[in-house]
Amino acid sequence: MGSKVWAIAKKDIQMYYFKGPVVIFGVLFPLFLFLAFYIGRNLPAAFLIPGLVAMTIFFTSTSVSPVIMPWETQMRTLERLISCPITVRTLIVGDILASFIFGACISAVPVAVGVALGVGVKSPVILALAVLLSAFCFSSLGLLFSAPPTSLVSNIMMLSTFVKFPVIFISGIFIPLENMPTWGVVVASLSPLTYFTDLARFSIQGYAYYPLYADFVALLIYSALFLLLAVKLHERALPKRF
Amino acid sequence: MDAIEVKDLSKSFEGLNAVDRVTFSVHKSEIFGFLGPNGAGKTTTVRMLTGVIKPDSGEARVMGRDIVRETQRVKEVLGVLPETANAYPDLTAWRNMMLIASLYGIPRREGERRAATLLKEFGIYERRSSKVKGFSKGMKQRLMLCMALVSDPEVLFLDEPTSGLDVQSARSIRQRIKELQEERKTVFLTSHNMQEVGELCDRVGIINKGKMVTVDSPENLRTRIGGSVAVEVRLDKAVDMSRLEFNAERVGGTYRIYTTEPHDVIRSIVGFATLNGLKILSLNVQSPSLEDVFVKLTGGSNGQ
Repeated sequence: MGSKVWAIAKKDIQMYYFKGPVVIFGVLFPLFLFLAFYIGRNLPAAFLIPGLVAMTIFFTSTSVSPVIMPWETQMRTLERLISCPITVRTLIVGDILASFIFGACISAVPVAVGVALGVGVKSPVILALAVLLSAFCFSSLGLLFSAPPTSLVSNIMMLSTFVKFPVIFISGIFIPLENMPTWGVVVASLSPLTYFTDLARFSIQGYAYYPLYADFVALLIYSALFLLLAVKLHERALPKRF
Repeated sequence: MDAIEVKDLSKSFEGLNAVDRVTFSVHKSEIFGFLGPNGAGKTTTVRMLTGVIKPDSGEARVMGRDIVRETQRVKEVLGVLPETANAYPDLTAWRNMMLIASLYGIPRREGERRAATLLKEFGIYERRSSKVKGFSKGMKQRLMLCMALVSDPEVLFLDEPTSGLDVQSARSIRQRIKELQEERKTVFLTSHNMQEVGELCDRVGIINKGKMVTVDSPENLRTRIGGSVAVEVRLDKAVDMSRLEFNAERVGGTYRIYTTEPHDVIRSIVGFATLNGLKILSLNVQSPSLEDVFVKLTGGSNGQ
């Protein structure tokens, strides 16, 4: 199964990710969102960089993965692919792997920006583990967005945007969890991005709202849930795509 | 054991029977033509047999493997050229070939060897490093056939393999299909080109409105639909057809007479020509075409 998963991931990288506009958009979009928040405020870089890393990994890991299925349905490449001896699980895990590689690699850019601005990474191992786990978690979420059996990319983009922006605003990126009211913390706890942001703050600023193990366990649970749901829903949706 | 065994296979979409208790079999090393009007259930049947969708009821086996319980094992012995499918336009021909080889679990070196052999055979090797989006329709179709063959499958499902192709490309694909039979492969061919089906297929199955109408050899089908044949004659001069004792229609410079008694018509034409000093340039007896058979068996339905 491993070589087939890699074959799917390699195809995705060459077809969808390894393109200038996709890479540039992956870096620029979170950067502009970040600048819109930063400009005019006197906030320390050590507070801002974890937020920028969180937005980058979230947007890049969920940027292309939701549209692969509708694109392939529209391009009529999906039927050829699924006629090969592969399962839906292989297909989904391959798509997630490509998105994971893209998300994890691009997240190095804001970390490098932070280092250039003099922001040190106090716990690089925790940050690296958090980036890897979150890239997988958000890539699985991206695949979940594409479960409705449509060939219209715009429908899926609308659905993913509808979920992604509220998630950004409730996840402790712009307002730290410790400054939120109780109801705000409860809402934030529903977002997987909250746990990555918390881990990023620990790695860069040296403190976290939740215990580290709680952040990792939450990300693991969300990853397993998104992966399982993505596979189940795509298995059900696939015959309806033809 | 037959290569493909289908029994009472059914599939419905939103209460509409797309395929309704279809039963047939395809022998090993046979080229089997699968015909039907648009919307008759051909593509749904092929998608069930290739493991893309699951049937609602009935059973089918491909090389002895159950299409529901052993879907992956069925796919391992299949090569598929779906009518509506495309190669990846932003990948090169070589990458497309290697992708399919990887998905069939073929080791890299062996995959490369097979890809090179097939691309050379179909005249695409020189363009192997070009992206598929720059290919002509004929080249794309030849590449799709290469992709279907890279796993060296025992059974091939070819859906409209020559549709929309120029004469040379269509002819080279037809030639290759004939060779596949010599290599003892089973070919399940779906086509709207009756001449192609008549020329290539050992047996033909006709499906209409989700039900199997008949399965037989093209020759048997032609004789089964009634004894009517067409006698075609070309004379050196135009004649008044009303003087002939048969109803004749003029098609270009040829007169065509439909009859169940061709010998009487021929005798009469020869007598008529001799009596009137006419020269017979050509005289043919035409059996009903597969197209006539198809139209008769499907009631002229277009399935709409």
